[in-house]
Amino acid sequence: MDEAPREFGFNTRSVHAGQRPDPYTGASATPIYQTAGFVFEDTESASAYFNLQEYGNVYSRIMNPTVAAFEERLASLEGGVGSVAFASGLAAQAALFFALLEPGDRIAVAKALYGGSTAQLNHLARKLQITVDWVDMDDPDGWRRAVTAETKALFAETIANPGGNVLDISVAAAVAHEVGAPLVVDNTFATPYLCRPLEWGADLIVHSATKFIAGNGTTIAGAVVDSGTFDWSNGRFPSIADPSSAYHGLRFHETFGVYGLLMKLRSETLRDFGAVLAPFNAFLLLLGLESLAVRMDRHVANALAVAEWLGGQAGVSAVRHPALPDSPYRPLVDRYLPAGAGSVFSFDLESGREGGRRFIEALSLWSHLANVGDTKSLVIHPASTTHRQLSDEELAASGVAPGTVRLSVGLEDVDDLVWDLERGLRAARDSAVTA
Amino acid sequence: MNEFQDRRTIQQIVHNARTVAIVGLSASELRASHFVGYYLQRHGYRVIPVNPNEERVLGEQVYPSLHDVPEHIDVVDVFRDPSAVPDIAREAVDAGAGALWLQFGVISPDGARIAQEGGLSVVMDRCLKVEHARLLGRMHWMGFDTGVIAGSRNSG
Ligand SMILES: Cc1ncc(COP(=O)(O)O)c(C=O)c1O
Repeated sequence: MDEAPREFGFNTRSVHAGQRPDPYTGASATPIYQTAGFVFEDTESASAYFNLQEYGNVYSRIMNPTVAAFEERLASLEGGVGSVAFASGLAAQAALFFALLEPGDRIAVAKALYGGSTAQLNHLARKLQITVDWVDMDDPDGWRRAVTAETKALFAETIANPGGNVLDISVAAAVAHEVGAPLVVDNTFATPYLCRPLEWGADLIVHSATKFIAGNGTTIAGAVVDSGTFDWSNGRFPSIADPSSAYHGLRFHETFGVYGLLMKLRSETLRDFGAVLAPFNAFLLLLGLESLAVRMDRHVANALAVAEWLGGQAGVSAVRHPALPDSPYRPLVDRYLPAGAGSVFSFDLESGREGGRRFIEALSLWSHLANVGDTKSLVIHPASTTHRQLSDEELAASGVAPGTVRLSVGLEDVDDLVWDLERGLRAARDSAVTA
Repeated sequence: MNEFQDRRTIQQIVHNARTVAIVGLSASELRASHFVGYYLQRHGYRVIPVNPNEERVLGEQVYPSLHDVPEHIDVVDVFRDPSAVPDIAREAVDAGAGALWLQFGVISPDGARIAQEGGLSVVMDRCLKVEHARLLGRMHWMGFDTGVIAGSRNSG
């Protein structure tokens, strides 16, 4: 006990953080606590748990030991004080925005964003009377121009889906802190192995754990991680600093300090939203995190090899992988993503919409599917799927060309991946000749 | 991080302390000080309230100042404005307390220095309840990072 506590490394924490050998059975894997409720020791304990005077398990819509093991592991890897898991990435975002924002508030958001997040923010804006100020994240002054006295949060992705734009985290954080608002970063595409935005000044992280964290495409899940460093008592966040009517006037930030926002997010927002992560899903995510580092190294290497190969192929007009030497994001990759820029990127076929369709139809190894961050290689052609209702002009406005194809490169042999892409490119070129 | 957040110091205080004098312990159940006092009592610490404006809190006799406490104090846990800390630190030194613990936001480098020079262990801008819950309690059930890494049953 008198020995100095050791600071364990990333790989050790990926495998162990959040989980201790089960004291009762000695089980080495995290037990799946598949239970709705937890039997109280006595009436005094029960009321202490309900009053938040003592940490105790009450009901699995609010907390669960298997889910908590995942939350702690993710928080440890991101360098946060804690985390709250949710049923999906979008549930995590919705809950966080709901906790932070009041009617009349504004949120500054990068335009280059996962389409589902854009749709969610527009929906929340309509229902909650908040205003979204859309920001060109590539413009060095974009954030400063977008923020106002009502801005209560800034939001962007570390590596944007699908454009591959890389966020200058320190710049966005500096603007956020000038106006007394937190910077929220969606770290889904980088994972804490490739980038830890909290170390660069971000205040909160959201994840779609569905992607690289789960890793095998088995599970829909999300989480919020808090740095614990934002001052919620700066006069701009009454819902976190002022007395809460849900807990007899408890002030979350004063009472729980660096844990205040997460306590509120769990015991008020998650409790009331109900979008809870299931214990079995948390178990799968724990397995995913155990192999995160080794998987990400292979994802990064495979994606770069595929991107470099695509750059030399006939019929390909552009490859947007942020780590390529000619990418405008290369300096930001060197700074924020030295171990690699992930494995999701897009490229453009000269043969347009029809070429994209033919390309997909000719593939037999790559899976045509709407997800990313799987061990399997995935491909999608936005103009014929997610964005099919849009005209060519509307497509261009959302940063997608008719011939844009998005890849999520998996862990297969690169030779096999290239072999299949070659067949796709041939089919796309043939369509251009016949069209 | 400040120099008064040494993990080994925190660990030693949480494991070894028995008697905690809480300066500024409020009678209101909603205040952070009451949360901490209630929690420490539940976990077997003897809590001595210090507050000139109260008589009994958490079932314990309240003393107006540290000078008035008739028994040995392991930890002086402070929930007061930072400007009050240097005087409290001097009293803690006089009382022969083992440690001065300054809660979240109670940041007084001067007070910390006085206590340190008087031979006390010092922790600043940390919560005693949280550190107990992190190291010995159940904070890991709430998804917080406890920093505890244990692959065997000997650890932690
Ligand atoms: C960057 C990013 N953020 C958030 C989400 C939403 O996550 P989920 O599908 O888990 O709700 C996705 C899903 O594709 C994503 O790619």
